[in-house]
Order: sequence, then structure tokens, then C-alpha cells
Amino acid sequence: MTIAGYRIPPMFSLIFWAIVWEIVGRLGLVFLFPPLSHVVMELGQVLGSGQFLGAALLTLKCFFIGIGIAIAVGVPLGYLMGRSDTADKLLGIWVNLFVSAPLSALVPVIMILFGMGEATIIVTVVLFAVWIIALDTRAGVRDVSPSLLAMAQSFGATRWQTTTKIIFFAALPEILAGIRLGVIRGVKGVVIGQLLVSILGLGELFELYSRNFLMEEFWALTLIVFGFALGAAELIAILERKIDFYAGVRHG
Amino acid sequence: MTAAARAVRAISSADAAKPVVEVRNLGKRYGSQVEALRDINLDFPAGQLTSLLGPSGCGKTTLLKIIAGLLPATNGEVFVNGQKVTGPGPERAFVFQDFALLPWATVVRNAAFGLELRGVPVAEREKTARHYIDQVGLSGFENRYPHELSGGMRQRVGLARALAVNADVLLLDEPFSAVDEQNRRKFQEDLLKLRQVENKTLIFVTHSIEEAVYLSDRIVLLSPRPGRVSEVIEPRISRDRSPDQIRRDSAYLDTVETIWRGLRDYAD
Ligand SMILES: Nc1ncnc2c1ncn2[C@@H]1O[C@H](COP(=O)(O)OP(=O)(O)O)[C@@H](O)[C@H]1O
Ligand SMILES: [Mg+2]
Repeated sequence: MTIAGYRIPPMFSLIFWAIVWEIVGRLGLVFLFPPLSHVVMELGQVLGSGQFLGAALLTLKCFFIGIGIAIAVGVPLGYLMGRSDTADKLLGIWVNLFVSAPLSALVPVIMILFGMGEATIIVTVVLFAVWIIALDTRAGVRDVSPSLLAMAQSFGATRWQTTTKIIFFAALPEILAGIRLGVIRGVKGVVIGQLLVSILGLGELFELYSRNFLMEEFWALTLIVFGFALGAAELIAILERKIDFYAGVRHG
Repeated sequence: MTAAARAVRAISSADAAKPVVEVRNLGKRYGSQVEALRDINLDFPAGQLTSLLGPSGCGKTTLLKIIAGLLPATNGEVFVNGQKVTGPGPERAFVFQDFALLPWATVVRNAAFGLELRGVPVAEREKTARHYIDQVGLSGFENRYPHELSGGMRQRVGLARALAVNADVLLLDEPFSAVDEQNRRKFQEDLLKLRQVENKTLIFVTHSIEEAVYLSDRIVLLSPRPGRVSEVIEPRISRDRSPDQIRRDSAYLDTVETIWRGLRDYAD
């Protein structure tokens, strides 16, 4: 981004809004927004509390189990839709519906089905993450160069060899992109799930902070969750860049 | 050439002429609209390089893929070593127009990939691959990736991969069309040299008349869609001279001219 010929560093907008937040907080106009500096000071406090540790562990556990299931289901589902037109026609409509549907509305239904516990939160994570993983995998599988497939066929590759030695690697950039987006959505899922269940983990903490108008703690916790989502997505982005060296020449 | 010499040559080629690949009454339709090939009958003698030459869209790739077992025919059949073709087989290897290399694998792994698919142990297959990488003039590049190589070098990897599986028949689909002119000539010369070492039957698709005449023992001219065999030409150019001499040889030039006149009727 450049303004009047000056290069604006990428962090600029972040800093800008941080300053706006600080000013609004200091003016004390809205009690919902304490100054950012107070929130940042509260970060250490929240991170160090035993309550947070317990909530964080529970959240991470549900998140990773959920993402694991979403990958284990989403990648094969996308593969199936990429390889078979029948499967694509049968499943495509649902996957496309769910990928853009307001899934939060389904969480109460999940709660009825799975109870007020960890299972509901895990299922929510899966529900948020799985569709985009399936769709991106499908796109990657559809995009595999036909001549690579013909090559494998001409050398007598079995179906399994074609899948594991050609299609998987050729589609890997898209699969990873799907997983990265799935992780971001999964964070949304794990938070929304807990907020709605609200007697567990971070949900319980958010509930506690907001009910007692502990806005500094509330925002500190929000920043931590955001930070986690961005950090997890960035880790996968690093992995994506590592395999990027061939992404640009995949059809070469 | 004297009549006697011609007769001798005819006998010896009839001798070697046990066809490895036979194409019988072959026809191919894509859907109900496109008739790509009609009533093709061809024999491909052992140890010879036969070119399929014709304007683009006349069905050269289609014919080659049917012989490879990558596409089913609509009518007719193909025999390889007397066996009816129902799919790909180890006695045939394909060289692809766009190379079809694994971008995420090194030159060695790509060259060994045909053997890898056949379950040959890694040490053995890489030894074979290195031998053929050397044969196609790529030693020193074993651990490079395809995107680090020029088009010509990539196709050499494709050729090494096809040689490594030790097939009797090599099927090459316009292997030099994505290679620049200078490298193409060098590659053509190397291919002629390789032929003297490796006793293979080659079926070579091209749309370049000069390339076909320069390389081939036999040239099959295909007519525009639906592709039919319009003529079979045997250039009879002796190849024991330098490439430049061959390209200035009167038999070479005459054959190019004859084919050009034959094909001109189809030019648009
Ligand atoms: N999968 C396909 N579906 C429909 N038509 C095709 C298909 N592949 C090739 N064709 C058509 O068949 C004809 C022959 O194609 P091809 O064998 O690729 O020709 P060439 O290799 O001589 O250029 C062309 O007209 C082409 O458009
Ligand atoms: Mg072609």
C-alpha cells in the first residue's frame, strides 16, 4: 500500500486502529472499550490464571480433535467429489450449502444431540471446518494434470499408486489451503460452541467476564483467541510456502 | 542405389519386418459427432522408426494413445507382439508431448518412476535410471527438479523414463514440439545415436515434415479428420553421414518436397 508515494508498512492499519482504540478507551465514552493499554496489561494476568489454563487446555483439546476429524473426513470427501462425477453431483450441493450457511444456528441442534459437553464443541469445530477442506481438496483433485494421470496409467499404476503418488501430491497445495481456512473456521467453531454451551472452557470464562463487566479481561481473552487463530493459520501458511516451489510449475 | 542393392535391402527389411505393432481396421469416434480416425490399417516393423505425420487435429495423438492402450478404439483392434491390446502394457512406453514429469520429484526419481510403479527396489531402479540419464546426456542433473531444467532437458528426462522400463516399443507424441529449435536439432541427432545402441521400435508423432524425413525409416501420412492413411513413404536416406550432410542430401530434400506437395492440398 502506498499513500502519496510513501510506502505504508503492512502493520500500519493495525497500529492505526490500535491508536483509535486507545483514544476511544481513554475518552471513556463507551464503558465496553477500556483503553487498549489496560487490556494488554491484563493479558499477563489472564494468561497466568488457573482458570484460563484449564479453559485453554479444554479448548485446545476440542479444537485439535475437531480439526483432526475435519481433515480425516474432509480430504477423502473432497477426493471422492474430485474423482467421481456421481459423488460430486450427490454431495456437492450439500457441501456448497454448508460451506456458506450460518452454521452457528445449528449449534443448538448439536447441543440437543450431543449434550452440554465437549462432544458438542468438537462437533461444532468439525462442522465449521470440514466443508472448506472438502471443497478445496476437490478443486485440487480436479486440477491434477490429465497428462500426469495418463503417464501413471501408461506405466501400469494401480488405483492406489495413482492416488498416493500422483493425485495427493499434485493436490497438496489446495489441500493445505483448505486446511488453513478450515483451521480459521475451526477457531470460530470452538469459540462459538463454547459460548453457546457457556458452562465449559473459554465459554465459561467469557460468560464470567462479561457478566461481571470485567471488560479488560474480556478483551484480553478475545485478543488471545484472535492471536491463536492467526498463529495457527500462519503455521500452515509457512508449510504451504515450503511446498510452493512446485506449485507454480505444477503443470510444467 | 542399384536394383540388386535395393532387392537386398527389401529382403533384409522384410526379414526384420515382422511387425511388432499391427493396427487393424481401426476407427475412433469421440461422442457421436467427432470421427477422429477411420479404417486405419498399419504394420510397424520391429526395430524401425515410423513417423505419423499429418496436420494438427488429424488424429495422430488419438492413434498413438489407442496403440498405448490409454484410449479404447471404437472399431478394429491393435496387436502388439501378436497380443491384442486391451490396456497399457510393459512392452510399450510413452513419451509425452508436455513431458508429464512429477514437479515435486528429482530427475532421478522421475526417470525411475516407471520402475517405481512396478515395485522395483529403490537401489536397483535408481541405478537403471542413472544409466539412462547418462545415455540421454543429463548426467550431473540427477538431483535437480524439473522446473530447474529447460524444455529440452525435461523431455530428455521423459525419454530416460521411457527407456528405463526396457519396453520394446516407444511411443513418442510430438516429443520435441515444446523444445526450442536449437535444442530440437541436437535432440534429434541424439535420438538417432540412441537408436543405434537401443534396439527399439519407435512410433513417432510429429507435424514437422523435416523432422519426420530426417528421423524416420517410414513415414505414415494421415489425411485430415477423419484421419485415414493417405500414403506410406520410406525415405531411404543413409544415416552414416553428418547431420548437415544428411540435411543437404538430395534424397532428403526430394522426400521433403514430395511430402510437402502431398500435404499442400490439405493446407488451409
Ligand atoms: N477427448 C476428446 N473429445 C472430443 N474430441 C476430441 C478429444 N480428443 C481429441 N478430439 C478431437 O479429435 C481430433 C483428433 O485429435 P488428436 O488425436 O489430438 O489430433 P492430433 O494429435 O493429430 O493433433 C481433433 O479434431 C480433436 O479435436
Ligand atoms: Mg497431438
